[in-house]
Amino acid sequence: MPSIIKARGLGFDYVKYTDESENAERVTAIREIDLTVEKGTFIAILGHNGSGKSTLAKHINALLVPTSGTMWVDGIDTAKEQDLWKVRQKAGMVFQNPDNQIIGTVVDEDVGFGPENLGIPTKDIWSRVDDALSKVGMLGFRDRSPNHLSGGQKQRVAIAGVVAMHPECIVLDEPTAMLDPNGRREVIEVIRELNQREGVTVILITHYMEEVTYADHVYVMDAGQVVMEGTPREIFAQAERLKELRLSVPQVTELAYELKKAGADLPDGVLTIDELVDALAPRSEQYADRA
Amino acid sequence: MLIELKDVCYTYGTGTVYEVSALDHINLQIGEGEFIGIIGHTGSGKSTLIQHFNGLLKPTSGQVLFEGKDIWEEDYDLRSLRTHVGLVFQYPENQLFETDVLKDVMFGPKNQGLSEEDCRARAHEALSQVGIPEDLYGASPFDLSGGQKRRVALAGVLAMDPEVLILDEPTAGLDPGGRDELLREIRFLRDKRGITVLLVTHSMEDVAQYAKRLLVIDNGKIAFDGAPKRVFSHYKELEKMGLAAPQITYIMHALKERGLDVDLRATTVEEAKRSILLALSQRASEGR
Repeated sequence: MPSIIKARGLGFDYVKYTDESENAERVTAIREIDLTVEKGTFIAILGHNGSGKSTLAKHINALLVPTSGTMWVDGIDTAKEQDLWKVRQKAGMVFQNPDNQIIGTVVDEDVGFGPENLGIPTKDIWSRVDDALSKVGMLGFRDRSPNHLSGGQKQRVAIAGVVAMHPECIVLDEPTAMLDPNGRREVIEVIRELNQREGVTVILITHYMEEVTYADHVYVMDAGQVVMEGTPREIFAQAERLKELRLSVPQVTELAYELKKAGADLPDGVLTIDELVDALAPRSEQYADRA
Repeated sequence: MLIELKDVCYTYGTGTVYEVSALDHINLQIGEGEFIGIIGHTGSGKSTLIQHFNGLLKPTSGQVLFEGKDIWEEDYDLRSLRTHVGLVFQYPENQLFETDVLKDVMFGPKNQGLSEEDCRARAHEALSQVGIPEDLYGASPFDLSGGQKRRVALAGVLAMDPEVLILDEPTAGLDPGGRDELLREIRFLRDKRGITVLLVTHSMEDVAQYAKRLLVIDNGKIAFDGAPKRVFSHYKELEKMGLAAPQITYIMHALKERGLDVDLRATTVEEAKRSILLALSQRASEGR
């Protein structure tokens, strides 16, 4: 599998000025990050507030460029200013608050904004808009005003806006933080479908541990560095370590962990309700009951 | 009764073509020291509802009573009501504005007409209650971390010494560690100071863990009002309203369906663990 995102020794410092002192202070947001993301995979990034996740994410579409090391997106060095738009077309970003991302007064115009900026011919823009809206299940809302949509719907429109630019990869920075349970479910379903059906590489930053269950690979950040990586199962098997990092595990994983500690016969790192239920009360018993 | 809503209706855009009914005949009583969770999908009317509790919105019809007095009577002091009923909006850190943390928290009590000394004492107390250490008092609020900013904003409301604290999604965007800390602090305020807490949230797990009573708002009406355990047993109806139950509820129902005799009312990890262990040992002793 070819890689779509590659970081080597990636670091980002910024200078902080204060009112009192003349001396500017150098703050390191992320440092020494090595990362390789293969095309078509679903990656999750976890970390407490201030751990550097968003700073890392902003490097993927060149909103920030490294102060040390290098970031490549599909082989392009993001620090090369002349390739900026190529990078932004390959890696789209979706943020937390849908209201800050929607600018059009009608849904389809909003989605068309991205491809228009890329200089796509008008008739192609409209076919891209149709296609993007249908992929997020919002085609029926194309003539609506974004103001009248629910949070989950707005966020799906924001995702369509990125999809219409035909990116290789989508970076989502806490896309469900402001949504109700339904909205959260809608957005996660759309993201998974884009990943599985369209082969779009997904990088999801989240504080909701249940959303990480679907990822192929998880990175955990602390103090600007990657401190853990592995499959969701490998990561969530380390409940105590995650707690130290101000994170948690999904409720089902926590319950399985507690039950196992108390002597129940369960595997490590249970991730889904089905897994736990199958382990505790296998199906065959149900049939035995009926017999 | 501390707060009482009698037949409250609220309509946006009355008399225009955009007329929308946001609250539809709400009757509600809230007693002193309650910890109430409020859930409802986006647009269900819950934000409209909480703005009635401190008189930010005036009902189109019906009455809002605070300690038995109608807050929309002509001579009612709404300004003082707002110090009794503190409202912490979503992303309250966006409302920080002073040059340092202590000044920001002192702003509320200052407006109440308290002396500089009293304001300072109130601010110190509030900041210590939300776990902000003294060495940050002189810092600019804008230099703090996200979780700290949110705490300072909460302290700003607490410094007015409210009897009721209404929080609109106070944990949105916080990491799990920060979420637990903040909710534990809120529970502590309720236990220690006897503050009545109304918590609007999208996290069913948080409601199950902290609230003693749960209000479900749907379509401008109160769809459920009761202990979280009882309300979550209606999880299929909650799903139709765009809500859900905690993951634990789903686990317990699935286990029961497979013939394991567990307590369906368990909503927290601790309760589920006890119930499942009990059911497993019963099954073992039955020799299967």
